[in-house]
Amino acid sequence: MRRVIIALLAGLLFGAGLAHSGMSDPSRVHAFLDIFGGAWDPTLAFVMGGAIVPMAVAWRIRRRLDAPLAETSFTLPATTGITLSLIGGSVLFGIGWGIAGLCPGPAIADLAIAPVPAAIFVAATLGGMILHRLLPAHPAEQPPLETSHV
Amino acid sequence: MNWAGAMPLAGLIGGLLIGLAGAIMLLGLGRIAGVSGLVARATGIARGGAPWPIASAFIIGLPLGAWVVALLAGPVTTRFPVSVPVLVIGGLIAGFGTRLGSGCTSGHGVCGLSRLSLRSIAATAGFMTAGFAAVAVMRILGASW
Repeated sequence: MRRVIIALLAGLLFGAGLAHSGMSDPSRVHAFLDIFGGAWDPTLAFVMGGAIVPMAVAWRIRRRLDAPLAETSFTLPATTGITLSLIGGSVLFGIGWGIAGLCPGPAIADLAIAPVPAAIFVAATLGGMILHRLLPAHPAEQPPLETSHV
Repeated sequence: MNWAGAMPLAGLIGGLLIGLAGAIMLLGLGRIAGVSGLVARATGIARGGAPWPIASAFIIGLPLGAWVVALLAGPVTTRFPVSVPVLVIGGLIAGFGTRLGSGCTSGHGVCGLSRLSLRSIAATAGFMTAGFAAVAVMRILGASW
């Protein structure tokens, strides 16, 4: 129960951050990506900068912890091993992100702000995820888990 | 450049909240606050990953948090693409890409970059470049919205 409350709190802060920062507005994200439009909006860069600061501190604290506070061990993805899937998938993700001005976090947060268009995008996103799952599995391309401590 | 319409301070504060959320997931539960992975898990699309209750709680928190901001600070303005095909095509490609590339803006962008993960640096370079390119191509084609 404690873990569920922690996850809910994290999600709540994340959603609040998205809404407060303007990142729940697809046109603002689109305006950041629109470098040739003459009205480039730098807000997204400030959001990324603001988000990276507490996270960088958290990664440093993590080095001193044997285990997370409410869990028995860390479950983290590997940091090395740049594969074709990683790059190809990220490029596809970026194309979809640019087209609609939306990525999964803001779209899900927007279910509370603009339910109809947000739900259309979220449904399509889940559809894309299901499509990926229907492809034959490539075990070697699964994201590897971190093996060493720290 | 559109500094008049930009929100540097609100962006920074909102960013700090997002980073704090990521820090809570990492230090509290030992996991990455990656929205695409968590939503795939919450909906049962992903075979492995975070326990279902944790993934679901995080995902439910996202609209709740946005709702709280609207409640406390007034209406949150959004402008979506008017065209349904734009939403659907964008969503399909983005959703597929997040699974193939093992993450999105939150997992690779926020959590991975701050960890100096080589995979996440490569992924972020990939999706940023593709995002800029996609919008530029839309502009050339007159499909900008």
